[in-house]
Amino acid sequence: MVRRPSGRSRFEGAIKAILFCAAVVSILTTLAIVFSLLSETIAFFGDVPIGDYLFGTKWTPQFGGDQQSFGVLPLIWGTLYLTGIGLVVAIPVGILSGMYLSEFAPRAVRKVVKPVLELLAGVPTIVFGYFALTFFTPEVLRNALGLGVNQFNALSAGIILGILVVPTIATLVEDAMSAVPASLREGSAGLGANKVQTAIRVVFPAALSGVVAALVLGASRAIGETVIILIAGGQQPRLSLNPYESYQSMAAFIASTARGDIPTGSIEYETIFVVGMTLFLLTLALNIVSIRLVRKYRQVYE
Amino acid sequence: MRNNRLLLTLAVSSALAFGVTACGDDEEEPTSGATTEEPAAEGGGDLSGQIAIDGSSTVAPFAEAAAELFNEENAGVQITVGTSGTGGGFEKFCAGETDISDASRPIADDDEVPICEENAVEYAEVQVANDGVAVATSKELAVDCLTTGELKKIWNKGSKVASLADVNPELPDTELSLYGPGTDSGTFDFFTDEINGEEGVSREDYEASEDDNQLVTGVSGDAGGLGYFGFSYAEAAADQLNLVGVDSGDGNCVKPSLETIQDGSYKPLARPLFMYPSKKAMERPEVKAFMDFVTTQAPAIAEAAKIVPLTDEQLTEAQGALAQ
Repeated sequence: MVRRPSGRSRFEGAIKAILFCAAVVSILTTLAIVFSLLSETIAFFGDVPIGDYLFGTKWTPQFGGDQQSFGVLPLIWGTLYLTGIGLVVAIPVGILSGMYLSEFAPRAVRKVVKPVLELLAGVPTIVFGYFALTFFTPEVLRNALGLGVNQFNALSAGIILGILVVPTIATLVEDAMSAVPASLREGSAGLGANKVQTAIRVVFPAALSGVVAALVLGASRAIGETVIILIAGGQQPRLSLNPYESYQSMAAFIASTARGDIPTGSIEYETIFVVGMTLFLLTLALNIVSIRLVRKYRQVYE
Repeated sequence: MRNNRLLLTLAVSSALAFGVTACGDDEEEPTSGATTEEPAAEGGGDLSGQIAIDGSSTVAPFAEAAAELFNEENAGVQITVGTSGTGGGFEKFCAGETDISDASRPIADDDEVPICEENAVEYAEVQVANDGVAVATSKELAVDCLTTGELKKIWNKGSKVASLADVNPELPDTELSLYGPGTDSGTFDFFTDEINGEEGVSREDYEASEDDNQLVTGVSGDAGGLGYFGFSYAEAAADQLNLVGVDSGDGNCVKPSLETIQDGSYKPLARPLFMYPSKKAMERPEVKAFMDFVTTQAPAIAEAAKIVPLTDEQLTEAQGALAQ
């Protein structure tokens, strides 16, 4: 063995240090976020009992006197409800288009469709928001489908939210399915299965861990999405099932409240941080669950 | 998956960072928007010094616009505009802490005037603009007139009114969707005070936004859209909205317009807006120059701030009040 020149190893050491720093930046950022949320959150729970916050059904922090109420359930519900509508659209469309791209699409079609999907992923969400508000709600939902939706409504915001998430899911599903070894497909074909049977019964289950990861990433993306809901979904915290009405999500609440004229240090100001912390914990929980799921399926199929 | 978490973290943090900076911006708007750091020679004027303004949040956009326009000529003068509310503004003003107080009502004879007198703070009362809140509906819900009593039934705390037929059987029973300004806005304070009888008291289940354009979009887009916002926004979107006349109880239904707001006949949702410069501060050349600027340019400033300007007559009166 020839000894490497020390200059080179020093160079490699420097590269490693840079890579380490890059990794540390993300960890420090996460910690800093938790820290920055923490002090206001603690201050908030000094004034409002945690039970009232978690289980209260009325969210009116901006009002005064006996009209003020800090039950966060309507905001959590709005977030989950809008995300749910989005996923109802995004999961089938995303998985099917990912499957199509990976298993069925001729090369020429894939060459066109994939960049278009990626382009869709690059559209700024504010464009989606105004698309939902000024085109999708009045032209599609009202005029074409004849639905009696409000100007700001969960249906429109939720569907467009789903479309926003489709590229994320489709691309990841395609990657996961393409990564399945060709030998599995060949074996399936050798046993007499056709292409559709192979795709659904062999390739898809084999790629399941990647598919689950795609879905969870899509869901997280939808939960944290702010602008579309802020613009097209309305600003009314509501515990209801009617998709024609307006709802407020946690992220939209943060954005709209921060835009107003609230004094620093007031309880309204603290609600921004408390809701931010709640959103943070919710997405964290979702990620922990997803990591578990992915591990579980990976053990089975690898 | 670690990647996912990072993405999410970034998403959350950017949402929050947006929140925090947006707050900061609002807080600092008066200073950052209205002042210049160094007395710049190219600004034209050779005035310098500081002017402290505080008071009504309704007048604040006017004061900020005035400060901005004034700074174009006199870059060396630092003007800060606070929004402590009319009462809070007078408190500071009568304690001698501010130079000019913004007010959406005249100074109160019983409790505020004596404090000013005690501290020997003399002042002038100058009307600088008019304020009007318009009630509007969608074109489909073409209501001509509502009484203040009906408005109160719709908007008061705990109201369960779901259609106009609930307050008056002759009106359409289209399901209402209500829009109004956020609770931080001066328009909200004014409307709730005049209509519901107590500032800040209102039903909570309406679509609230600090963005007047969003309110206009909502009211005009829903079949049962009904809302209230500053008159200038209603006027700018007049072709998409149906402006509702208000009957203050005397059977006279008055539609909001520049004229009815300026002459006060659009009751009770029109009011004059004031600035109170202290006489002592007016001895300083920069304050004198600023108030002279305001009283000569008031209509242009009002236009920039999107509130209802003074009539020529009111402008002459304002100049007279300042000269005293």
